Amino acid sequence: MKAFMNVLKRKQPMNSELTTAFQIETGSSTEAFAKKEQSLEDKSRQKPLSAPGLTLKKVNVRYGDTNAIEGACLDIPSGSITALVGPSGCGKSSLLASISRMTDLTPQCQVSGEIFLGKDNILAKGTDLNRLRRRVGMVFQSPNPFPMSIEENIRFPLRDHGMRDESVIRKTIKNVLGDVGLWDEVKDRLGQSALALSGGQQQRLCIARCLALDPEVLLFDEPCSALDPLSSAKVETLIKGLKSRYTVLLVTHNLAQARRIADHVAVCWVQAGCGCIIESGDTRSIFERPVHPITQAFCQGLQG
Amino acid sequence: MNDGQKLDSGITVLIWLVSIALVVLPLSMLWDVVREGLPHLSFNFIVDQPLDAGRSGGVGSLLISTFWILGVCLLTTIPIGLGCALYLSEFVIPHSQSEKLLGFSLDVLAGVPSIVFGLFGYAVFAIQLGLGFSILSGGLSLACMVLPLFIRTAEQALRTCPKGYRQAAIALNISHAGFISRILLPSASGGIAVAMIISIGRALAETAVLIFTAGYVTRMPGSVMDSGRSLSVHIYDLSMNVPGGQSNAAATALILVMMIVLINVLARYLSRRWQHVE
Repeated sequence: MKAFMNVLKRKQPMNSELTTAFQIETGSSTEAFAKKEQSLEDKSRQKPLSAPGLTLKKVNVRYGDTNAIEGACLDIPSGSITALVGPSGCGKSSLLASISRMTDLTPQCQVSGEIFLGKDNILAKGTDLNRLRRRVGMVFQSPNPFPMSIEENIRFPLRDHGMRDESVIRKTIKNVLGDVGLWDEVKDRLGQSALALSGGQQQRLCIARCLALDPEVLLFDEPCSALDPLSSAKVETLIKGLKSRYTVLLVTHNLAQARRIADHVAVCWVQAGCGCIIESGDTRSIFERPVHPITQAFCQGLQG
Repeated sequence: MNDGQKLDSGITVLIWLVSIALVVLPLSMLWDVVREGLPHLSFNFIVDQPLDAGRSGGVGSLLISTFWILGVCLLTTIPIGLGCALYLSEFVIPHSQSEKLLGFSLDVLAGVPSIVFGLFGYAVFAIQLGLGFSILSGGLSLACMVLPLFIRTAEQALRTCPKGYRQAAIALNISHAGFISRILLPSASGGIAVAMIISIGRALAETAVLIFTAGYVTRMPGSVMDSGRSLSVHIYDLSMNVPGGQSNAAATALILVMMIVLINVLARYLSRRWQHVE
């Protein structure tokens, strides 16, 4: 199985000073972290790429006696979108959840291996989960705005994180709602309940809520699967626009979606009753020149 | 019509009869109370003091006593009960020893007959703590009785909080206190209000606990250390010990029923508004 693991090592075809593709194998990390001197206040829009990449090394996720995914190795470079595709039950959502340690919430769920966020192994003992979840934002399958007003959905997390300056909060609300293309739609009804928004608007609000906390990595767990095609297209465009500032990892069932927006694709499959990553690489090579026979069948719509 | 169809229609008729009986039963009880009590109900009956052991006069002082007892009971029940319900729904490790122990104690408490709470309240609050026959003793004993009910109902309400809210809060690194105060409690407010209504209903109806603790002095209470007779004790006393007290007992019962209906409506209205604001 491991023979098929085509670990992504290709360097980003990007502006070299922005490249942070983290290559732990060679030890020659070219990370050029732009220092995070910018405050929340002016972080929007012009934020230079300061997000670190992610490196998964032999990650296993187990629920009790069953393995959800085994031996997953993957490089997730910053400043691009990596899509995890595959059929249901192949452990891709579990893998995603383990990156923000949401898996800790499920009793009996055990994650082993190493996941490096920048230089930090987040699976190591003593990892500060609060700090980790500040660095890693997560958007879920079904939109889950809080039962509060639209602006309170963003203000409440900010205030909970200790932000007290109302003028900064207002500016952040405006910026992040602008980032997700909601500002013009809701600027006159910020005080209304977020639950009155349409599904697509709710999902974009959830993304805005994540962005407000200034994460480095964004995890999307099938963010469009509960939305209609039009809303789905908006969210896709939005995610595409975010890649210049964040490291984006997207789980999707939708191969066409992965092809449209992802720069890199990792294909998960179930082998011998257990999920694994069978192939990964840049999107074009996965779709046009897949190596693994299952990937060939899957990506041409013959299987899965 | 074949046998199966006959059986079907027979069972349908049976289910209809049972449903009708379930509607008729409370209505006939209500009708009984209204028929006997309504002629005696007047504004004066509500504000006047009872005279001649309750045969004449009104229930003014008893209403005040009832509210005070209820007030003491709720002021004790809500903080302790909500704290315990939060512990059970948020903090306790599922299937741990402490959860089992707590669940067991609550189930035992819920199954204890109210007269035992009366004796317990008398021994502990009235005698041991020296509170005597007082509204305070009565309210505290009543709180012991309604606590398990309140806790279990409030816990259920807290557990209905959608999983998505919790996931989002954790992913956004919201503090536990922030999650509880801004998301969990508001989203469960309707259910917590229901828990309060059920507890109030149970407390208002309770007689046995109060006879031993709050006593049955009909005077207007001056402080929580005075003895005070609740409406339910008054109904019991009038119908059991006072010949000729039947009609006033029915009138008092009517007031009690109206109070419970009113509290019900009010709590529903408030919880709906609370959720709307959030």
